[in-house]
Amino acid sequence: MIWTTAATAVSAAFLSSLVEAVEALTIVLAVASVRGWRPAGLGAAAGLALLALIVLVLGPLLDRIPLYLLQIVIGVLLLLFGMRWLRKAILRAAGVIPLHDEMLAFAHETEELHEQARRHERRLDWLAGTAAFKAVVLEGLEVVFIVIAVGAGRGLMLPASLGALAACLLTCGAGLAIHRPLARVPENTLKFAVGVMLSAFGVFWLGEGLGVPWPGGDLAILLFVAIFLIVALTAVAAARRSAAQVTR
Amino acid sequence: MSAPMELLRELAGLFVDDGALALALIAVIAVAVAAAAIMPGTLAAGIVLLGGSIGVLLANVTMAARR
Repeated sequence: MIWTTAATAVSAAFLSSLVEAVEALTIVLAVASVRGWRPAGLGAAAGLALLALIVLVLGPLLDRIPLYLLQIVIGVLLLLFGMRWLRKAILRAAGVIPLHDEMLAFAHETEELHEQARRHERRLDWLAGTAAFKAVVLEGLEVVFIVIAVGAGRGLMLPASLGALAACLLTCGAGLAIHRPLARVPENTLKFAVGVMLSAFGVFWLGEGLGVPWPGGDLAILLFVAIFLIVALTAVAAARRSAAQVTR
Repeated sequence: MSAPMELLRELAGLFVDDGALALALIAVIAVAVAAAAIMPGTLAAGIVLLGGSIGVLLANVTMAARR
């Protein structure tokens, strides 16, 4: 293990967890603002408990899977996941699709809960708690997947987990302190960076699983990060030009 | 839609957003697996993976911008 791989894995886990934690926090705050902290807190706590259970049950199983198979499966999923993020971040940076707006997401979630309140007043605490639970579970599963994906192949589970935990604690602390969605987080820039890193990891792991003798060993990850970054920046410019031609 | 189905749909959505991108990437991976089987221990599969995924991304983004 060399420090470049560890640093890339921890950065990928930290940055992607930051994005997911901000998205989950927005929904939990919306629930809290409509129905109070009790259903929001209970829903979020139940979601965290389910995530912990998933990690405790599935974590030990990872050691029983042959390394090449783990690298192939994780490589495929990382490539699909990373390219999905990168595609969306490129199209957002090029102005083809609108940027993700946490204040808008907060307003949308709040409006939806108010609408549910009008229809099901009695069950609203339950519905609100479920919304917080679902947000924490779904965004948390992405965090768990990324930690496993960037950490499992090279014994980096602990540093990757610490990176993710630091991001979650930072986001929760900031969100609870200001009681508002973290709208100033440059979410698309983070998604762009994470998309680049996860795509690079995906190609690397998949190649390792298929027995590709990457030149430079683990250092190839840094080369792939640089290549994906250049390609993504080129793609933003190309998408801008294409979109401008269509609107003319 | 039932809650488990919705959860499964959202889980699948973590990896597949644009169907065309996902299908093209799976095709690239299939070619890379074939290359690794035909030429084991060489860079062939790696070149297919890297070049193919970059090509797929550029094509997909350009087409999405033109829509």
